[in-house]
Amino acid sequence: MSAAVSEGRRPATPSTTEPAWVRRSLIALALVFLTLFLFVPLAAVFVEALKKGLQVYWAAITEPDAVSAIRLTMIAALVAVPLNLVFGIAAAWAIAKFDFRGKNVLLTLIDLPFSVSPVIAGLIYVLVFGLQGWFGEWLRDHDLKVIFALPGIVLATVFITFPFVARELIPLMQAQGTEQEEAARVLGAGGWQMFLRVTLPNVKWALLYGVILCNARAMGEFGAVSVVSGHIRGQTNTMPLHVEILYNEYQFAAAFAVASLLAGLALVTLLVKFLVERRIQRSTISV
Amino acid sequence: MLFSRTLLRRHSVLPGFDLALGFTLLYLSLIVLVPLAAAFLKTATMTWPAFWSAVSSPRVVASYRLTFGASFLAAAVNAVFGLLVCWVLVRYEFPGRRFVDALVDLPFALPTAVAGIALTALYSGNGWIGRWLPFKVSFTPVGVWVALTFIGLPFVVRTLQPVLEDLQKEIEEAAATLGATRWQTFTRVILPILTPALLTGFALAFARALGEYGSVIFIAGNLPMVSEITPLLIITKLEQYDYAGATAIAVVMLVASFAMLLAINGLQAWTRARQGR
Repeated sequence: MSAAVSEGRRPATPSTTEPAWVRRSLIALALVFLTLFLFVPLAAVFVEALKKGLQVYWAAITEPDAVSAIRLTMIAALVAVPLNLVFGIAAAWAIAKFDFRGKNVLLTLIDLPFSVSPVIAGLIYVLVFGLQGWFGEWLRDHDLKVIFALPGIVLATVFITFPFVARELIPLMQAQGTEQEEAARVLGAGGWQMFLRVTLPNVKWALLYGVILCNARAMGEFGAVSVVSGHIRGQTNTMPLHVEILYNEYQFAAAFAVASLLAGLALVTLLVKFLVERRIQRSTISV
Repeated sequence: MLFSRTLLRRHSVLPGFDLALGFTLLYLSLIVLVPLAAAFLKTATMTWPAFWSAVSSPRVVASYRLTFGASFLAAAVNAVFGLLVCWVLVRYEFPGRRFVDALVDLPFALPTAVAGIALTALYSGNGWIGRWLPFKVSFTPVGVWVALTFIGLPFVVRTLQPVLEDLQKEIEEAAATLGATRWQTFTRVILPILTPALLTGFALAFARALGEYGSVIFIAGNLPMVSEITPLLIITKLEQYDYAGATAIAVVMLVASFAMLLAINGLQAWTRARQGR
């Protein structure tokens, strides 16, 4: 491939790209890899879900256990996402707009849940709130349940989705600096006024994507929730756990039907990411 | 700009620092640090021989070998193909490029259980892909590798992408002018610049694969000593009410994760230093 470039009098390709056949083979190779590992698995979810027809699909996602799983998943996400949203904004404000010692340590600690196995995330809450755990006896005496109940599921979900909003906001807010907020303060804006009128509008798209991604991960979390849920059908089963049960009972069409709802959520998440990135690109170009 | 920065270091006109940092530290401690400390404290109550036998029984060691081995192979394959995919997405135009670019993040967004059942169905003996393969994938260690490769796919692509996009064409033109072939330019000029980011992506994919559970348990078959990953073993111990044993293994995995986190931080600093040059 190099001969044409170095020896040919008029190389067919400029010196900073490859000959057409190399380009085409590389593209083909990349697409084959992505097809095997990405596109086909995604397509399989929907094909398997609809294999037995729309009626089976509809029945699978409207039977009482599925509905209760969907409801539980939504409740867990509705609690976990706002908590991590507030945390993400607070952390991003402190880290991006101020200088203080130990900032890098704090950033690393915020990333910690990314590198902890979901199973371990579930386990540590069992150690704290489980019957043999720190608060186990106290909780039992007061008739409170955390593990094998909704609070445990919410806690595990919060842990797993902990860094997402903060991670989207911090780099953007760092890049934006503090001049606009300082100007707002000098012009007499109060703290909240400055935050709502200056900071928030500047980061709204990244914030939206952070929330959507956080939500997708919250609704899809499996390992951590699996440890703390207890798998009580109709009570503490979230959607991913319901998928597992159906699959293990060889109800493949039903398992994939519920899975397809989660896959749809993932696709919406990617679409939002695509749109948000375009927005951010456009706004940075126009500035 | 410079003025406001120096001003900031002494005191800032912006409000809310104490509140924001205070809340951040409190929330971080309650949700992450204190529960994680519980794992270490629980292990501290074990005697050393009990701990050692819990984390080094043959079945546990076999699970480490599979988890670390399959994670390493998956991350290695992702390093090679991630570089290829990233190169193609950044450097070439082809129909559907932006669509492909957007879908690369799918493993981030798709719930692991969904990925798990989809891959199992595809790579089983009568699945769309499995039927064409001369060897078994689903319910073998190869299946574990397939799932971990899927999970780690976006990491290398996404860490390399900004570096490759920022790469100045002038450097390649200079290399070509000085008589380098395209291959020489790639291996001696481009690849060394990409190396820190490539290693970072590899490490991220490896770290993620170590703890992965949801996508693996469906496809692995979960045979003790053969295709049982360490996170599954933790769950198995928990279901047998062996909390100490489960926690001991968890601590080993946590230490491995923290080591990876430190390595990744170092690699990222190296990447930034390279790019800043």
